[in-house]
Amino acid sequence: MLTQVATRHTRILLTGDHAVAYAALRARPHLIPVYPITPQTPVLEKLLELQELGELTADIMTVESEHSAMAACIAASLAGARVFTATASQGLALMHEMLHYAAGGRAPVVLVNVNRTLASPWGFWADQTDSLAQRDTGWIQLYCESAQEALDSVLQAFRVAEALLVPAMVVIEALYVSHTLEPVEIPDPELVDEFLPPYEPPVRLDPATPRGFGGTTAPVQWRANRLALKAAMELALDAVEEAGRRYGELTERAYSSVETYRAEDAELVIVTAGGIAGTAREAVDQLRGQGIPVGLVKLRLFRPFPSARVAGLLAGVGKVAVIDRNCSVGSGGIFCQEVRAALHAHRVTGPQVFSFIAGLGGVNVSADRVMEICRSALNAVSAPPDPILEERL
Amino acid sequence: MLEIRIHGRGGQGAQVGCQILAGAFFKTGRWVQAFAAYGGERRGAPVTAYLRVDERPIRVRSDIERPHHIIVLDATLLDDSSIVASLRPGGWLFVNAPLPGVPPWNSVRVVTVDATAIALRRGLSPVVSTTMLGAFAGASGLVPLEKLVEAVREGSPARAEENIAACVEAYWACAGLEAIGA
Repeated sequence: MLTQVATRHTRILLTGDHAVAYAALRARPHLIPVYPITPQTPVLEKLLELQELGELTADIMTVESEHSAMAACIAASLAGARVFTATASQGLALMHEMLHYAAGGRAPVVLVNVNRTLASPWGFWADQTDSLAQRDTGWIQLYCESAQEALDSVLQAFRVAEALLVPAMVVIEALYVSHTLEPVEIPDPELVDEFLPPYEPPVRLDPATPRGFGGTTAPVQWRANRLALKAAMELALDAVEEAGRRYGELTERAYSSVETYRAEDAELVIVTAGGIAGTAREAVDQLRGQGIPVGLVKLRLFRPFPSARVAGLLAGVGKVAVIDRNCSVGSGGIFCQEVRAALHAHRVTGPQVFSFIAGLGGVNVSADRVMEICRSALNAVSAPPDPILEERL
Repeated sequence: MLEIRIHGRGGQGAQVGCQILAGAFFKTGRWVQAFAAYGGERRGAPVTAYLRVDERPIRVRSDIERPHHIIVLDATLLDDSSIVASLRPGGWLFVNAPLPGVPPWNSVRVVTVDATAIALRRGLSPVVSTTMLGAFAGASGLVPLEKLVEAVREGSPARAEENIAACVEAYWACAGLEAIGA
């Protein structure tokens, strides 16, 4: 088998949404049930264009709601089809019930969610609460910082989801990724076909051999189903690493569940996810240029949460500044909750963990603001228990 | 890294124009990042588009608060004085206005071009962005005309030849122009 050079690609300018559509094209899904919603709509528009050109052979099934879209995804997936869909915000919220159904039914659907504010009030802006509110549905979740990472992650999500029979959600931010035009490498079809062979489910719904799905269970059966899902989800920790490594062999772009940037010997480590991670890289370089030793830990995989890796990476660090573009009202930043829980669970007591809430509702988070966040944490004597609101710095 | 901001109103082509300029720079081998901020999709509402150009991959994902250059598609937007105030020292301000309606600001190099008149002649109104891109390329010399023309051809949703003609006309009107207020 080949593991050849990584020059088999085309680099063109694409928005994050269009990059996602090209990922779906390369994944060769059979069916795409979908309902349009800003800022996901360009995904659907590009898919329809690719279908019109004869490049995309999948059936695009436009339905009357996101709830129906996910229902169609589940049915097709259980019949053995490779299924893709995309949504955002209210659309994901409307899918919520069906997200549980997909995970419990072990339907390896791949969904792209564009992080957008939830109403009310109405808005179109970047905010992670929509997808983070789905953290207990049993879906794998990957957060991306660029159009390239979005494209690459969709392909990896299919590989992991289908190997484990666990659905996977790939998340990009509204505007700063979804509508941002940037150079993106589209891997050639043969390369993707090698990485992602056709989906071969162990069982499938087929009228020739009638089976049931989703029937009523006794408590013991329900528990067994949930624990089987839990066990499969735990395997995703390694499966995501394997997929990221293998993808790197084919494309020279390797990925991991957690990524670090200049974190070695850092007195303060920023922990964040999504588009702010890119801005944080710039802030890290500028602060290091001023002799201030800071680094970055980027959370790419959120479900399953790579608890041991996060704890291990932060074990020797003096201060940690978690930046959340979300707010669980009554508690705080959701990524910070998970980081603090991981440190506690692994008995890592050294780092002071500062929780910063920044960029809510798509408010701009510049590299200067990330540097201010770092300086305020470095200057503080101790981390307060409550989140620090970035606009009050 | 070069940072450019385009201010326009919904329908003038700020967002698509920004993507076209990104495409022109991309054709010169540079890395680019282009995006736009707008509210509900309304004609006439202010639209801000952002463009970054660099020799290496661009990581930062935020609005451009201190641009090197600003392109203004509708001079009435300059009633908001924060737009000009945000320009970096020595920056260029390109304004769609009939001469000599726009005053020179201290330390700001102003280039005015009657893009509305050019676009009207070419049957493009209200789209003035491609005309202003020609003015930008001509006066700044930052992007070659042939790359810009290619990008306009590929990026125009309609009337590609009219957009190219307007772009080229504005380019030569501003090529080598000594900026006012320099």
